[in-house]
Amino acid sequence: MSKKMKVRNLSKTTKSNLITYGMVIVAYIIVEIFLRAGMVSSLIEGLLVPLCVYVILAVSLNLTVGISGELSLGHAGFMCVGAFAGATFSKCLENVITFGILRFTLAIIVGTLCAALFGILVGIPVLRLKGDYLAIVTLAFGEIIKNVVNVIYLGRDSRGFHISIKDTISLGLEDDGEVIIKGAQGITGTPNDSTFLWGIILILITLFIVINLINSRTGRAIMSIRDNRIAAESIGISVTKYKLLAFSVSAALAGTAGVLYAHNLATLTALPKNFGYNMSITILVFVVLGGIGNIRGSVIAAVVLTLLPELLRALNDYRMLIYAVILIATMIFTSSPGGQAIQERIKLFFERRKTKEA
Amino acid sequence: MIGFISYLVNGISLGSVYAIIALGYTMVYGIAKMLNFAHGDVIMIGAFVVFSTVSGMGLPPVIGILISVVVCTVLGMLIERIAYKPLRHASKLAVLITAIGVSYFLQNVALLIYGANTKSFTSVVTMEPIRLADGALVISGETIVTVIACIIIMIGLSAFIKYSKSGRAMLAVSEDSGAAQLMGVNVNSTIALTFAIGSALAAIAGVLLCSSYPSLTPYTGSMPGIKAFVAAVFGGIGSIPGAFIGGILLGVIEILGRAYISSQLSDAIVFAVLIVVLLVKPTGILGKQIQEKV
Amino acid sequence: MALLEVKNLGISFGGLRAVDDFNLTIEQGELYGLIGPNGAGKTTIFNLLTGVYKPTDGYIMLDGENITGKKTIEINRHGVARTFQNIRLFNELTVLDNVKAGLHNHHPYSTLTGILRLPKYYRVEKEMNERAMELLKVFGLEQEADYKASNLPYGQQRKLEIARALATDPKLLLLDEPAAGMNPNETQELMKTIRFVRDEFHMTILLIEHDMKLVSGICERLTVLNFGQVLAEGETTEVLNDPKVIAAYLGE
Repeated sequence: MSKKMKVRNLSKTTKSNLITYGMVIVAYIIVEIFLRAGMVSSLIEGLLVPLCVYVILAVSLNLTVGISGELSLGHAGFMCVGAFAGATFSKCLENVITFGILRFTLAIIVGTLCAALFGILVGIPVLRLKGDYLAIVTLAFGEIIKNVVNVIYLGRDSRGFHISIKDTISLGLEDDGEVIIKGAQGITGTPNDSTFLWGIILILITLFIVINLINSRTGRAIMSIRDNRIAAESIGISVTKYKLLAFSVSAALAGTAGVLYAHNLATLTALPKNFGYNMSITILVFVVLGGIGNIRGSVIAAVVLTLLPELLRALNDYRMLIYAVILIATMIFTSSPGGQAIQERIKLFFERRKTKEA
Repeated sequence: MIGFISYLVNGISLGSVYAIIALGYTMVYGIAKMLNFAHGDVIMIGAFVVFSTVSGMGLPPVIGILISVVVCTVLGMLIERIAYKPLRHASKLAVLITAIGVSYFLQNVALLIYGANTKSFTSVVTMEPIRLADGALVISGETIVTVIACIIIMIGLSAFIKYSKSGRAMLAVSEDSGAAQLMGVNVNSTIALTFAIGSALAAIAGVLLCSSYPSLTPYTGSMPGIKAFVAAVFGGIGSIPGAFIGGILLGVIEILGRAYISSQLSDAIVFAVLIVVLLVKPTGILGKQIQEKV
Repeated sequence: MALLEVKNLGISFGGLRAVDDFNLTIEQGELYGLIGPNGAGKTTIFNLLTGVYKPTDGYIMLDGENITGKKTIEINRHGVARTFQNIRLFNELTVLDNVKAGLHNHHPYSTLTGILRLPKYYRVEKEMNERAMELLKVFGLEQEADYKASNLPYGQQRKLEIARALATDPKLLLLDEPAAGMNPNETQELMKTIRFVRDEFHMTILLIEHDMKLVSGICERLTVLNFGQVLAEGETTEVLNDPKVIAAYLGE
């Protein structure tokens, strides 16, 4: 009896958040059952960890774009930082910590913290700008990070670490030395620690952090700045502090996604495809189509839009074309006056049917 | 010293291409207040049309370029009509995502028609290079044509905006589209005209870019498109001389950076300069500062 | 000692002298009016008092502390809260959250406490909810607590702005045209509310207003501003009967 009361007393938002967590857990259980039954194609199986990566990226970007209201086009840059920091850590300690779970946990922490640090460093100058200027500068930072990672050579020998931006020879390693980051060839042989279960756990942690942050004093401050910066200042809320906080938490979580991504690959390289602005844009598409500020929407959109091109694989060459058309059509349908009128009509149609039935 | 001058010339040449693209970008931004991410892909389409007509069908380059300009102009107007016009009053993000959709669309249409393999583009410029300083400094025909084209376009565009009725209508719409409409300016046709001009410029930029850098793929336009946007922001978005200055500076920085610092880091250097400029002057070199009223 | 003391305040935008040699003294618990024709510089004075603009001359003392040139958020922490001429609510937040945002600095807990949902989170949020509901009750908005702020009718939005400002527990409340856009009935009700706020919270209130009925009805003293300068000041009835003031309003 008292338990029932409690459930009823839960606020709408709490209920909605529980549904989001539940959805992820149920999805995990279903996929696990299909996997055990051998009913998942290897193609889809290979997509499971990347799917988790995209979900984390979308949820974390929503914190910047939806909750803080700043258009960032450099999210992939923070993912890149996390990926390389985490992979470097794992490679260095591969033989020191043989217990995979501990090593990966530490790698996640290292990658996340490094990305958070970059989030702060990038955020301090960037957040002084507004709107499209902010967007283009985040894009610029993302590209810089990707480019710089491509020229870094990092090696280790008995004397310690060596770093260069020229080539492996200039590292001057001794015979026992090992090259860890090989410039544009990236990092090879990162322990393959990422699993679907890890992905799901990290999604749940990301959701926990983002959802609880939004529904707290800090989240209220961030959203009040988004809605009206001048009014927020007038009631004593520090714009710089909270914008930076949202931005760096968002960057940190992108770093987490990066670590998961890096430990799923035999070779980690920074390409325009995975860490360039195109990736940032792909994630932004997830966020916008899932609904600005709607965390559950981000999760669903990331999954659906990653699977969509795969489901369209039968159409082969036309699939990306169809994806593009769907994207344009969705935006026109949801955001144009004409599209909204059609939506209203559809709603009315169903409502009428309901009343008729009743 | 000769080396430096040669790099500088190359930089100005590349910068001129950026400037032409940036002019289109800045006009569209000024009027429609949107980041037209598909602008770079119109460049790519323009280059492919010339590739098909000149290398494929053997038409004279001038005819090929004319066809390309016509195709891109129509394409630009179609994109505006179909994808952007319904979203005139929608959120900025909705428009941005639509532009990204259009960009994917154009890339994949080109991919379907031409495949993913790199096509080698034959230069449309037949002019002999100029040799200076006893042949130590060679200025290619492409460079000369590009720079001259850029200057003509920049002057022509400024004159058009300043003196023609449609040009002044553009200024009015970019200042305040609501007020312009009340004053009898046809906002819809002005926006369509802006897209038409911007896309025509993109076609020319595509041809010039591929004449100097002759490899063509469906993704050729996207990085120059982004950089041209950076150039436009750099010079102060919405400003025509700003786009010109921004474009030239960007090209020079990129080439000098590649030559003297690191070829792999040249893009990073370009973006770093953009960041520094925006932090010092948040609206670009020639941009106007607008303060929010309390 | 006066609660607010402004001496020789002035600001120039480029060559334009928007406010010049402005003096104002408000005692604790006073209801003070600032009136003047459009463009006289009234809102500019509010912006100077709240740190949106930095004055070029003069100083501002609040309760014995010099707050001249301080940042908006610091001035709010010193005890100045305001409303805006063009309403500035947090439109996407609920009515309750708008007020809770105002309580931000008075009921703190760390971001980590919020994320980890430590016991302190629940305790402080409960305090905030109770305090916010109290404030909403004062303005008759408790039924609307869960509405989105932008869905409130205009008159209630103005009230919510005042509630949010009060949530910061100010010593001085600045109201920028609180009755703008209200019908006579709503204005009457608003006058009651403002008086109630003053008595209940022992608040000192400075308000800008065009509605002469409201001004003469509730303000004890007035300052009249014209072209950025003080035209007249003193007891409300005296000031309103001053021929200079009548001339400025009616244009001779």
